This record gives sequence, structure tokens and C-alpha cells, in this order.
Amino acid sequence: MSSYVSATEEDRREMLAQIGVSSIEELFADIPARLRLEGADGALGPPHSEQEVYEELRALAARNVSSEDELSFLGAGMYDHYVPALVDSIIERSEFLTPYTPYQPEISQGGLQAMFEYQTAMSELTGLPVSNASVYEGPSAVGAAGYVAKITNSRPRFVVSRGVHPHSRETLQTLARGWGAEVVEAPLRDGATVLPDLDGEVSAVIVQQPNFIGAVEDLSSLASAAREAGALTICACDPLPLALLKPPGQCGVDIAVGEGQTLGNRLDFGGPSFGFFTATEALLRRMPGRIAGETRDVDGKRGFVLTLQTREQHIRREKATSNICTSQALNALAGVIYLSWLGRRGIVDLAELMLKRTAYARERLSAIDGVTLLHERPVVRELALALDAPATRVIDRCLAQNVNPGYALGRDYPEYEDGLLVAITERRTRADIDRLADVLGAAVAAEATAGVGV
Amino acid sequence: MSSGESNLSVSEGLTIFERSKPGRRAFVAPELDVPDVSIDELLPAEYRRDEPPRLPEVSEPEIVRHYNRLSKRNFDLDTGFYPLGSCTMKHNPKLHERVAALPGHAKLHPLQHPRRAQGALELMWNLQQALAAIAGLPHVSLQPSAGSHGELAGVLLTRAYHEDRGEHRTKVLTPDTAHGTNPATVTMGGYDVVKVGIDASGNVDLDDLRAKADTDVACLMLTNPSTLGLFETGIEEIAKIVHGVGATLYYDGANLNAIMGICRPGDMGFDIVHFNLHKTFTQPHGGGGPGAGPIAVSDRIEPYLPRPQVVRRAGDNGDRPYFDLEYDRPKSIGRLRGFQGNYGVFVRSYAYIRSLGAAGLREVSEVAVLNANYLLAKLKEAGVDEYLPAAYDRICMHEFVLSGAPMKRELEIRTLDLAKRMLDFGVHPPTVYFPLVVEEALMVEPTETETKETLDNFVEIVAEILREAREDPEVARNAPYTTPVRRLDEAGAARKPVIRQAL
Repeated sequence: MSSYVSATEEDRREMLAQIGVSSIEELFADIPARLRLEGADGALGPPHSEQEVYEELRALAARNVSSEDELSFLGAGMYDHYVPALVDSIIERSEFLTPYTPYQPEISQGGLQAMFEYQTAMSELTGLPVSNASVYEGPSAVGAAGYVAKITNSRPRFVVSRGVHPHSRETLQTLARGWGAEVVEAPLRDGATVLPDLDGEVSAVIVQQPNFIGAVEDLSSLASAAREAGALTICACDPLPLALLKPPGQCGVDIAVGEGQTLGNRLDFGGPSFGFFTATEALLRRMPGRIAGETRDVDGKRGFVLTLQTREQHIRREKATSNICTSQALNALAGVIYLSWLGRRGIVDLAELMLKRTAYARERLSAIDGVTLLHERPVVRELALALDAPATRVIDRCLAQNVNPGYALGRDYPEYEDGLLVAITERRTRADIDRLADVLGAAVAAEATAGVGV
Repeated sequence: MSSGESNLSVSEGLTIFERSKPGRRAFVAPELDVPDVSIDELLPAEYRRDEPPRLPEVSEPEIVRHYNRLSKRNFDLDTGFYPLGSCTMKHNPKLHERVAALPGHAKLHPLQHPRRAQGALELMWNLQQALAAIAGLPHVSLQPSAGSHGELAGVLLTRAYHEDRGEHRTKVLTPDTAHGTNPATVTMGGYDVVKVGIDASGNVDLDDLRAKADTDVACLMLTNPSTLGLFETGIEEIAKIVHGVGATLYYDGANLNAIMGICRPGDMGFDIVHFNLHKTFTQPHGGGGPGAGPIAVSDRIEPYLPRPQVVRRAGDNGDRPYFDLEYDRPKSIGRLRGFQGNYGVFVRSYAYIRSLGAAGLREVSEVAVLNANYLLAKLKEAGVDEYLPAAYDRICMHEFVLSGAPMKRELEIRTLDLAKRMLDFGVHPPTVYFPLVVEEALMVEPTETETKETLDNFVEIVAEILREAREDPEVARNAPYTTPVRRLDEAGAARKPVIRQAL
């Protein structure tokens, strides 16, 4: 008997008698005999005690170098922010952890109200009036936004900035092949997106703020060019810099989406986190995913329900605006708790701290011999450098000093072959940045010397 | 607010925004340790917002109290019976939260060099092997984030497979009993949905399938056991028909909890399978996620799997094998999301598989099916079937569907009323009004978690509600009475949507 099943031998006998069969085997009689397995599959192994499984999982964890084990400047879509203890404490409560989607609102008011609060917070951050209760994560949120544009105007082409996260661009491309749409890229020049001439065939223009190489885009101009062509503007954004940046809604953006990991979610090697999805009022009935709405009960008491469900797959089936069902409710809950913890002033304090430390890092790192800035546009939390030496080898040298200097841009951008993307969070102090400067400087110098003889 | 209500209940309904007071705060930023350069120099005013986002201004104690109070307005699996059909609400072992929170897992950056993430990649590779063994299909991608995301992967894989062979097919078949995600996915994948009927015993109507299966059909999406909780007895014939026209056979894994270690979708002829790790492999449901929807596929579909794939490479000079991410997959459909998938979910599901092993997983399915059949038999014995007969009178698998049509006719209460009255008895109601082919449907999935006593108690609750309704149907029609709120005006909420707080 495994530890998660409660039926005793006696229970089983009584239950089989009640059913009127003599063995559990008989319950599977509908399965054709030749499909039935003989005995257990050896590949799955024997059962293990809780203690043994803990030890195995601990040993696997020990073979990973986490952000606690090195000085890391990795970002590129997920960031090593401090997650306050109260987030863990609240989301580990079984009442939030173990129910499912609130199909029975009378016994799900906690989850539903949290969704409503989350929607309000995301709407405030993005400056758009409508938010859903979460989608899977950042890049698939970009794909989901593309699908909303597709069902809104049916135009055959998407123009995507090369400043959009490579994973987002690739996800959009994967999905658009299904709908039969074409995806074309708009290049970056001096760090910013340069749009091609837009015609009536363009469904949406997709940009990112700040973009993948850290640059703050002129979002208003990009959105206005899209609007003139009758296309929608979709902006993928990093939520914390939005404490300072003009909200997408005020720049003329129609759909703002993004990765929510930075809002109180841990790195988890890439997930689970959540994607947010906000839009203009005009797109409300084409939104994907769950939406909580306020209402009253029969006694006039305030309450919350899942609303506008006629968009969704369980009601509309093949005419639904998306196929999404299970999304990321618990992660979005962490998001709204985190935003409440930061608060109206705190989020600005945090963003300003990142802004100033990033500026310091930019100055400090670009002063190194053989290191220059990849672009001079304003940055908030991430900066891009060009190295005068092979980036992957420089990174290896830094790793040997237990400093992870950032992301090698050449993996996704041949045009930035020796580019390095450096992320700063509130966890990286001035002393950390100084150490990075020392280690990176030494690594670049060593590679330059090593390169001389070749 | 009516005069009868106390201030306490008024305060209970407040949102975190309504608890906000200027000047309160929880977060204190670390000290500024770099030069205090003016913001204007760093970020031109034209790019900046005019005022901070109006987030709540609250202290830490208030946040804790607010969300703890909210939590008490939720019913949860750790507290009571949750037989929500099709959702597999099984126990979530506590160990899983502990191991997922280990810093080596929880604080690992997704772009960490594979050399420095060997534990994570090995775990993913091991999970892939385990899922392949359960599905009876050799290749697994862990990337999709939920069942519906796995379905989308499956439809896009199907498209890539046909197009690679120079075929342009236009239709995907789904039975009338399919989850709504199936037809919605088909549309997103650029295909037309063609529905296939079911026969008198609840199986796919093979004649209808034969009539509709032609060379325009790209795929049949099937749930087996079906959403009626019945095993498709004609599955081998179905596979023959579908493969006969060159289409793929897709397995919706929502009901995999019935057959682990008993039989395998791969042996039935399925080409593509998705798993719902949050169902079968017990990720806590989180109030609506996170989940994960890995897929397993046959050899002919493998070249098109999403990028990157977790692979094991032989070690140098007899070293231990090395785990890596493989991007060089020229026929891949590409990415479906960022990074490598919901790793935190993988950690939990892997721990579950290691805890149970092959024998334990088989026992899970055996007891899940035993519990469902026992509950069905016990309801019948209690006379419940007079008003709530089984939609199909067969041995069921891990769940069963009742029809509330006689109850509606004779007692004048609907399945919705029955469900709402259950709330007063402290159980979560089963899934209602699905599948659509059953009138006034009630879909019950007890899972292997539940004891005989819990199931007996549920039978008594249903019998009591029916007895009560015979005397006075108004009791159920106006239920619930004891919940934090009573029936809510859903139509009004949709007519004039209030989906964020006015600030």
C-alpha cells in the first residue's frame, strides 16, 4: 500500500462486494485484454520512503548553481529579486494552494477577490483598463496577444521588433504558423526599434519595453505608427520598470502583456511564474483566460465571480477566444501580494534604486578597457555591453571566479556576437557591481592577451 | 448595507485597495549605495509616468491579515472532499512543497549554463523517461504549461508532420464528449472542427467516425477513458480507422489517472499524448494553476517536438553522462513558451513518481477506479438513481456521470440546485453540466485519495438533499445558506462588468 492511498484490505473487500465484482481486475474488463499490461514497468522503479525521496531531490538540487551560490547578473527575462517572506507564508496556505479554479463562487471568494485585486493592480501598472486573471508566462502571453489581434482584424502579417525577447518571437512564430500568419522582424538601430513602412496587411506591431537589450523604447511613437496603419500595438513589458515608465496604456498600446516572475515569484529554473494580459476596453470580449468580476449575492452582499465566460473554451468551444483553461492563479496571487508589499511608494523606491545602480554599473563597466556600451539609450535595470574579446570565453573566466556576468547576446543575436547583457536587481549592491567590474576587466584583459598570440 | 449587518462583515468584504491609507508601507528599500544621480539625467521626462501606480499603501500586518482572512473564504482540498470530475483533485503530498523550495531548485536561473544546472536537467530527463514509460511512447517534451497548451503542441505537431509530407489537411475530429479545450485548440491550430457522435453505450460511434474520416482529416483528438468515465472499448478499431486515412491520433491525458500501469496510450495506437501533471501527478491546483502539460510522442512525430529538448550525452572518458539542452532541431515546431517549462511543477511530479514507483502508480489507478465504482454502486443502493441515474449503466473507470434529468422533472430542482445545496454540507460539488451530451450532468471523480467513510458520507449527503427536496424543493433552490456569500448574480456581473476597482 502506498502512503497516499487509504483503502485497507478490508475496505477493498467490502467495496468490491458492494459493486458486485470479485476483483479489482474485473473493473478493467472494458480494456481489451491484449492492451493490458502484465506486471509493473521496471523503468519506473520501486517505491521510496519520504525520507529517501527528500535525499534524492536534495542531491539533485545540490548539483545546480543557484543565485545563492554565485554572484549572478543573469537576467534576460527572469530576474533574481528578493521575494519577501510573507509571500511564501500566504501562498503556502492550503486554502490558496489546494483548491482549483473557482467554479463554485460561494466557496471561492478568497481566490476570486484576490483575482479582482490582482486585475486592479495590473491595470494600474499598465495603464490599461482591462486585465485577466493570468496566462501561462511571458513569451506565450505575447503569442496569446497575437491571437487576439488575429481574431480582431484577421490581417495576415505581424511586425515584431528584434528588441522583443527571442523566446517571445519564437513562440509567436510557432503559434502564427497555426493560424497561417506571417511574422516579420523590425530591426534595432542604436538600441531602438525601427519600424518598416506599415500597410493594411499588418495585424499588429509587437514591441518590448524596456527591450531585450535593456533600452527604453519610444513607445508612443511606435504605437502611433501602428495606429496610423490600423494595426494593433502589443507591448511586452517588464512590470517593475513600469513604476517609472509611462504606462503602455498612455502610450497608445492596445495590449500590454509580460512575464510576472519579478513580482514575488521565484526563479524556479524558468517556471512556474505567470503571464499578465491587459488591454483596452474594446478588446474585453476577446480576452483569453479567466476574469473575475464584482457582483452581489441574493442578500445584496458584495461578492466576486468568474465573468464573461462566454469567451471561454468550456462554453464557446471551437468559437472560444483562446483554449486556455488552467493558468497560473497561485503565481498571480503571489504577484498581487508582492505589489501590496511594495505599495505605491515602495515600487517607485525599488525602481529608482535599480535605475541608479544600473547607471552606476553602466558607467563602471563601460570604463573597462575592451568594454563599450552596445547602445546609449536610457536603461532601467539591464544594460548591454560589447566586449573586445569572445564573450563566451570571457564568461567562462568569470564563472571560474564564481561571478556570473550575464547573458551572452550572441546566442540569439549574431549582430551582437560578443555582446553581454547584465541585469541589476536590488539584491546586487555597489560592492557586487565593483566585484563584477574587477572580474570582468581581468577576464577581458586575459582574453585580449591570450588572443595576441593566435 | 442593511442595518442588520455588523461592521465586522462590512470590513470582511473590503479589498486590499480599500484598506489603503497614505503613508503606510511594508517594503523598505535597501540603502542607496551608489551616487544619487537625478532621475531626469537617467530617464528623460517624456518616457516617465506622471504619477506612481495607485497600488495599496498597507503595512505588513495588514497584508497578512487581509490575505489570511481571504483564504478562509475558500474551500480547499486539504479540508474536504473535492470530487470535481475531470480535475483529479487528489492529495498534494507535503514533501513536494519542501523539495521544490530547496534553493538549488527554487533559485536556479533558467539561463544558467547547462554545466551548472546538471541536477535540474537530470531531473527533467528522468521525468521524461518516466512519462514515456507511462504513456508507452518513446519521446517526451516537458515544455507545455498546461493540458490545453499540450493540446496546442499536439495540433501543431500534427500540422508539421503532415506538411513535412507535403499534405495539407483541413479538419480535426473531436467526439461530442470532448473537453471544450479540444475544439478551441483545433481552431487556434488553424483547423476546422468536425464532431463525431457517440453510440448508445457511450462509445465513439464507429460508423459516424468511418463516415467522417477522410484524407482531409489531420487528427482525431480523444480522451480515453472518455469524459463519461468510460473506456473506449473500440479503441483499436478507432486507431485503425484514423491511421487508415493517414491522420494522427491524439490522447487528451485528462483521464490518465484511471489507467496508469494498467494500459498505455501508445499501445492503443495514440501518436501524441499530453499529461496534466497538476491532475495525475498531483501538482497543487493553486486556485487555477500552475500546472504543466508535457507531451509524449511516437517516433514519426519526434522530429517536430518543441525546442529545446533535454538530452543525455555520453560523458567523456567514462565520466558520468552529461545532460544538455538541444536547440539544433531543424524540423521542430519551435518554442511554445519561454525557457524550459514549469520546472517547479516537474520537481513535485518527479517526487511523486519516485515515491510511488511502478507498483504505487498502478495502485493509484486501481483505487481511483475502485472508489468511483463503489461510490456509483453505493448511490444506487441508497436509491439515488431514481432521480440521478448513471448516464450509461456500465462499470465506470475513475469517474462517472449522472443525469439530473429525472430529478429536475420530478423534484423540480436542477443539478445546479443540488450542487449549491452540497455547499452547506461541506463538500465541493462535482463538475456540473459537463459533458454536454448528458442532460443536467453531474460528473463525479472521487480519486484514490478518499476513504470509504468519505464516500459513504457523500452518499448520505446526496440522499439527504433529495429527501429534503421531496418535502420542499425551495430548500435546494435557494441554497447555499452557510457560505461566506450566497448565490451570486452572475448574469448581472457579465452584463455590466466590474473587473477592476475604481480608484
